[in-house]
This record gives sequence, C-alpha cells and structure tokens, in this order.
Amino acid sequence: MADGMKPVYILTDNLITSLGFTTSEHTFALERGVIGVKSTNDPELYPTPVQLSKVNTEQLELKFAEVLQQVKNRAPAASFTRLEKMFIVSVHEALKGSNVAPSNPRTLLVISTTKGNINLLEDRNKALFSHKRLYLWELGKVIRNFFEFENQPVIISNACISGIVALMTASRLVQSGAYDHAVVTGGDIATEFVISGFQSFQALSPNPCKPFDLNRTGLSLGEGCGTIVISKYPDPAATSQVIIAGASTSNDANHISGPSRTGEELSGAIQDALKQGGLNAGDISYISAHGTATSFNDEMESKAFELSGLAHVPVNSFKGYWGHTLGAAGIVESVAAISSLRNNILYYSAGFETLGVTAPLNVISENRPANLSACIKTASGFGGCNAAILYQKQ
Amino acid sequence: MAGAMPPSFIRNNKMERSITSYSLLHDNKVIVNGRIIFYQENIIKFADFLKTVFKQEQLAYPKFYKMDTLSKLGFLAAELVLKEKSIEGYRPEAVGVVLSNSSSSLDTDVAHNETIRDRASYFPSPSVFVYTLPNIVIGEVCIKNKIKGENAFLISETFNGRLLCEYVNELFNNERVEACLCGWVEVMGNSCQAMVALVEKLAPGPDGINGSFKPLLFNEQNLNLLMKHN
Repeated sequence: MADGMKPVYILTDNLITSLGFTTSEHTFALERGVIGVKSTNDPELYPTPVQLSKVNTEQLELKFAEVLQQVKNRAPAASFTRLEKMFIVSVHEALKGSNVAPSNPRTLLVISTTKGNINLLEDRNKALFSHKRLYLWELGKVIRNFFEFENQPVIISNACISGIVALMTASRLVQSGAYDHAVVTGGDIATEFVISGFQSFQALSPNPCKPFDLNRTGLSLGEGCGTIVISKYPDPAATSQVIIAGASTSNDANHISGPSRTGEELSGAIQDALKQGGLNAGDISYISAHGTATSFNDEMESKAFELSGLAHVPVNSFKGYWGHTLGAAGIVESVAAISSLRNNILYYSAGFETLGVTAPLNVISENRPANLSACIKTASGFGGCNAAILYQKQ
Repeated sequence: MAGAMPPSFIRNNKMERSITSYSLLHDNKVIVNGRIIFYQENIIKFADFLKTVFKQEQLAYPKFYKMDTLSKLGFLAAELVLKEKSIEGYRPEAVGVVLSNSSSSLDTDVAHNETIRDRASYFPSPSVFVYTLPNIVIGEVCIKNKIKGENAFLISETFNGRLLCEYVNELFNNERVEACLCGWVEVMGNSCQAMVALVEKLAPGPDGINGSFKPLLFNEQNLNLLMKHN
C-alpha cells in the first residue's frame, strides 16, 4: 500500500453464472474446463440461435425459494424479477459467510448493472411488473428492502466497467472512513434488448468466444451476478488476506463505441492502480483481462499491458467460460480472479489457441499451480471508459 | 455519508475546492453562472430546444446532431460550463467527469425497444443501441474536450448532492483529479434537467474570475441550491 492508504479487505464472495451458484462451484468447473457458452435457440430471446451463457432457470427458482424460506414475511417469489432473484440469491450467499450485517449503519450496499430489469420493456412482461421497476433505483430499493439495508444503495451504471467502478467506489468509501463494510453486487441478464443491439453491431461470435485468439470472431454474451463483501477489518478466520490495494478509471476520449488505438488510457488506469498500491509491474503475478474477443478490444488490451510493462505476466479472460456479463463482469470476474489468488491456480483462458494480437502476451494455455501474490483486473466499455483494480494477497 | 470522518479526511478537506463555473438547463431555460442566457416560452420538443441553444451559442460540432437527447443535453451543459472556464491548462488525465441521473438511458432504451418489438419489421441499429448506456454522454464530453481522467455515472431516484459531493471529494483527496465536471443530466419523455458544475482547487470568492461570477464553495449545500435554482 502507498503511504497513508488503509487496506480494504475482501471477506466473502459469491458467483452466479451458467456454471453454478457459488464460488466453489465455479472453481470446480474451471478446474475441469467446463464451458458455459452454448448455442441457444430461444425464440423469446432472439429470432435465430445465438451463443449464450444462461443461468439455469429451474435452479435459480429453487435457490430463490430456499432463500425465501430462510427469511420471514417476504413477498411471493413471483413478485421478483429474474434479475432481482439473481441479486438476492447472490447477496444472501455472500453475506452468509461474513459477519457483516445489512442493518448496521456502517454497512454500505453498492450495486452495478448496465440494463437492470430492461426485459420489462417487452410487451409480454409489461403486465407482470409496474413500469417503475425499469428504474435502476427501484431495483436498488427491492434489494435494499429485502435485506433491510440501513443505508440507501449507491448504484453504478457505467457500461462494461460498472462492476470495477462499484468495487472502486465501495473501497474508497470504506478507506475514507465513511463506512466500515460494503456489500458490492453486480448483475445483468440476457435479453432480446441487448442481444439484438450487439447483433446490430455484428459483434457476436457465431461460436463460443475466443479471447486473444487469432481466430476470434467477436464476443459471446452471458448472464451473471457476483457479490463481494469488503471491510476495513480483516477476516480473523482466514489464513491469507486479499486486499483491494488500488483502483482507477480512465477515458479514451477517442470514440464512443470503439476502443483506443494505442491502449495508453487503459495503461494509465493500470499504472495508477499500481501506484496506489505501492507496487511495480514486476510485482504482478497474474492479469484477469477484460478479453471480450472482439478484434479491437483484445488488440487494445494487449497494447495496454505491454505499455504497462506487463507483457510477460500470465493473463486470461474468463469470458470464454461464461461470456460477457456486462455490468456484472467486473465483479463476476473479480470473484474468479480472487479465487485464483487465494488458491494459487492459474486458469486456462478458454477458447485460446494461437496468439492473435500484435503486442506480446503471456496467455494462460492450461490450468497450472503458481505462486500468486498480486493481480490486476481490467475492463473497458462503450463510452471509451477503462478501469483497473489491484488485488494483493497478504 | 454516515459516521465520523477520520483525521485524514479533515486534513485533506482543508484544501479548498470551488465550483468555478456551472450551467443549468431545465425545460425552457438555460442559466450559466447565474445569468439567463436562453429562454423560450413554448417548447414543443425538447430536442429542438437543445438544437436552438446549440446554434445560439455557436458551438460548431457536427457530431452533436448524431447524439441522443441525453448526450445532447449533457454535452451542451458541459460546453456552456467550459466556455466560461477553460480546462485547457490541465493534463487530460487530471480531469474527471462524474454524472448522475434517475432514468439512466431509459428514453433511448424505449427507442431501441421500438426497433425490435415487431419481428416482421426488425431493425435494431447500432447508432441507437450505443446510446442505451447512461455513461455515453461522459464519453461525448471527454471526446470533445480531450478529458481522459476518472469517470463514473451514478443513478439515484432524485438528485443526491451528498453522494456526488463525497464521490468528487474522494477523487480530489486521493489526488485522482485536479479538476472535475460533475452534476445531473436527466431526460425522460419531454422533460429534461441538467446541472453541470466544474470543480477546481481554488478558494471560493470574493474575487470573481469570470467577470462578475464568484466561485462557490464546493459542497453538498451549494450543489442542492444549484439544483433548486432550476
């Protein structure tokens, strides 16, 4: 840590994607190389088949019913949207292992999402929920009320860097002393709204996405939800602590839907995060990249890593496993990266075979044990935004 | 924010920050640094009102016409602020943009949804879809003004001056920015409201730096006052 900076500790987390409903179910799947992105033929989502990573609906309903049974005086399951159910299950699971209480006035809730309950715009859903539910602050209210959080939630909607911005915001507010703990949760679902939009950009890959690969043909969408509980106090039971040591955002000031040509701005965010943590590029043992598998993103990221002196560092993208979870991605992928740090395992970057970017990169080609001490997680998004967050093991 | 502030916060807070320029746009009126610069009795379409202000202020920037209403509004509000107080002396990385609103990009979301409602006439367009994110307006402001620093878009039901103030103060306290645009940009249907303020490390008045405008202390109270002025 840089002088005067107080560490912010990661206590517990949860991860929901097509691969499971807990963090450990994901490490189990990652160890076995399970790919959650599949050709999905669902006329309600898109007229033609698309590659998609979908959270299992039957299991989600079961998990949500279990959560409902454990709390009293709650509304029926049908009064919650699919996304709200994902958020509630994820926050419930993450809180379980921590001693952080939502009712504590020193606990903050931070929520990240790009589109929230946007599927409620669809004609068939209009009769089921009030129009108000489309507003992200109403989604925030539903989650807040369910867990009886004392404080009004902070809601971040900043394209595909939303999750990292949420973690950064929470850690700064804990660091400043405004709060002692924060529950940071991010979620987005697969909708026709988003699929049709990315399809109109011709950004969707006809096959499961292949980040950083020579034959990559675009991204795969996924739905997911991740939650991380952070605190100014370390977890007394943990054998090793993981801290948020720095975080930064930047803007390309170049194009609203295309990344920087040079990667300088993402590199700036990475270097700022390192500086805050008092670390050098040489201290970084692993990078969890954004790696969307679009031609331009992966090219830009490779340049940014090279500019940051990180070209040699093992790097992967989790999007080959569960797709691009948009506003959840920064949190979802952070949970997986933190798990890598804790367990000293580097996971294969799914879909990668041959390097297909101009700058040198050390893409992880198979699962392997490694002594990991610090990790950089990156994200970039529409609007020219970039973000980097630094995790360090103590 | 709840709770007592630690000593470091108080120490950092001694460094004074001011709102050195601001703009307010609300339905039919535009105010810049306390002066009404535009007023129109009857507004038929808000987008037309924004275009009229854009032309009056002679802000030659063809990309403006391609933007959605939220981006037009935020872009215009930022341009009016920066016309009065330039940020050209700062490094691009030292300037931040933190905006907030209630409806996210819902106005444009509805427009994109119209293109996919009917499978028989399915015409989703990237030029509409790209604006279905609230932070695109930040991107537009950054592109025009070569701003490359911290950016964030916050959502709250109504204007949350406390959170915005705390967020921006943290950026200054941690030396993430030397100047920051912040505020509220809201579009829904035919109603729009924008308040954008430039915050810099300067002591507030009495010495006016822009003609008669005296910088205001940057705090929650003043942000709330500016919003009410709308």
